[in-house]
Amino acid sequence: MDGASAWTLVTSGDPALYAIVRLSLVVSLAAVAIASLVGMPLGALLALARFPGRSAVIVFVNACMGLPPVVVGLSVFLLLSRSGPLGSLGILFTPQAMVIAQAILVAPIIAALTRQTIEDMWSEYRDELTAMGVGPGRRVAALLWDARFALVTTLLAGFGRAAAEVGAVMIVGGNIDGFTRTMTTAIALETSKGDLPLAIGLGAVLMTIVLGINAFAWGVRRFGERYTG
Amino acid sequence: MRPPVSDLPLVLSRITVRVGALAILDSLSLTITPGAPLAIIGPNGAGKSTLLRIAMGLLAPTEGAVSWGGRPASDIARRGIVFQRPAMLRRSVEANIAFALGGRGLASAERAARTQRALAQAKLEPLAQRPARRLSGGEQQRLALARALAREPEVLFLDEPANNLDPAATKAVEAIIRDAAGSGVKIVMVTHDLGQARRLCGEVAFIAGGRLLEHGPAAAFFADPNTQQAAAFLRGDIVE
Repeated sequence: MDGASAWTLVTSGDPALYAIVRLSLVVSLAAVAIASLVGMPLGALLALARFPGRSAVIVFVNACMGLPPVVVGLSVFLLLSRSGPLGSLGILFTPQAMVIAQAILVAPIIAALTRQTIEDMWSEYRDELTAMGVGPGRRVAALLWDARFALVTTLLAGFGRAAAEVGAVMIVGGNIDGFTRTMTTAIALETSKGDLPLAIGLGAVLMTIVLGINAFAWGVRRFGERYTG
Repeated sequence: MRPPVSDLPLVLSRITVRVGALAILDSLSLTITPGAPLAIIGPNGAGKSTLLRIAMGLLAPTEGAVSWGGRPASDIARRGIVFQRPAMLRRSVEANIAFALGGRGLASAERAARTQRALAQAKLEPLAQRPARRLSGGEQQRLALARALAREPEVLFLDEPANNLDPAATKAVEAIIRDAAGSGVKIVMVTHDLGQARRLCGEVAFIAGGRLLEHGPAAAFFADPNTQQAAAFLRGDIVE
C-alpha cells in the first residue's frame, strides 16, 4: 500500500519530491567541491612533507573521518547562530550553512584518503623522480595526475558520505519545507509524521543514488586499472 | 648537446656507509673514467647497489667524498640510473619517456623528436601507446633504459639490468646497452651474471664485504684474478 504510493510518487515526477532531491544533490556536490579544494592539497602535503608533529596531524585527520554529523552540525550551528562569531553572516538555516557543515564533514575523508594514495605512490616513485631531478612542483603534479583515478573514487566516497548524512543538515538547515529540506531530513520527518509513502519514495531515490555512485566508482577504478596499469 | 663540463672522472674517495653498526661500504675508493662499460660484481650484500646510489648522488656517504669531474657537487639530472625494479609511471610508454624529458627547458618539438628516437632505439614503437605498467618485464626494462637514455646522460648506472629476464629479453636489453656504450655513454653496471659482464664490459670492479678488492681490465680479471676472494667467486664458491 505505502510502497505502491511511493512508487507512484517517484515515477510520476512529484515536484515536491524532486525539489528535495535536487537540493540534496546541489548541497552535497557543493560541499564535496569545497572539501576537495581544502582536502586534496592538505592530503598531498601530509603525504610529502616531513615536519614535527606530522604523525599527530595524520592521526587527527584520520580520526576526523569518523566525526559524528550531529557534532559537526552543532559546532557549525554555534558558529553561525546570531550570538556566534559568524552570526553576522545571517546564513543559519540556509543551504549555505548546510554546505559548510557537510564540507567540514567530508574534508577529512578526502584529505585522509588522498594522503594514503599519494604517500603509497610517492614511496614507489621517490627514487625514480629524484634520479630524474624532478623539482617539487612537477613532483606534486605528476603524483596527482598519476593518482587521478584513485582520487576520483576518493571524491565519490566523500559525496556518498555527504548525501547520506542527516544530523548536520538537520541542525544547521532546520529542515524548512521547500528551502532546506533534503532527502535525509525529509525521510526522518515524514517517518515521524507517519507519511510513509514520501519517506519510502525518498529512501528509494537515495539508495539508487548511493548505489549509482558506488557503481560509478567501481567503473572508474576498473577503467583506471586498464588504462594506467 | 652536452654542456662542456663533465662528470668524469667520477672519484669515490674512502667512502664509508654505515647503517647503525653495520658498514655497508667500508672505506671504498674507486675512480670511474670514460671508456668501456664497467661491471661491478661481487657476492650478494657486498654493497654494489649502495655503491651505485652513492656514485649517482642519491645517497650521501657517512664518511668519505665523491667528486664528479673534479666538482664536489653536480646536478643529478646529468646522470642516469636504471634501478633493479624501475618504477613505471601510470602513463603510456611514450608518456613515460616524454615525462623524463620534461622540466629541462627543451622545446616541445625537440622533446617529441627525442622521445621518438628513444622509442626506436629500444624497439618500443609498436608499444608506444600501451600503459607502461601493462608491459612484460623485458619490455619494462627496455622502457626504463630508453627513458634514462633519452636524457642523454654522460654516465648511466644500471642495477642488474637483465635480472629475471628470459634469453630473448636479455639479448634485447644488452643490445640497447651496447648501443649506448658505443655512442659514448659510460656504462656502470651491477650484475651477478658473469657471462653478461664478460659480454658487455671492458673493466671490472670486484667488491666483497663493502671493500673494493680488484679493479682492472675485464679480460685480465676473468683470466687471472689477483685476490683469493675473486678467484673463489669466479669458481662459484660462496664468498663472504
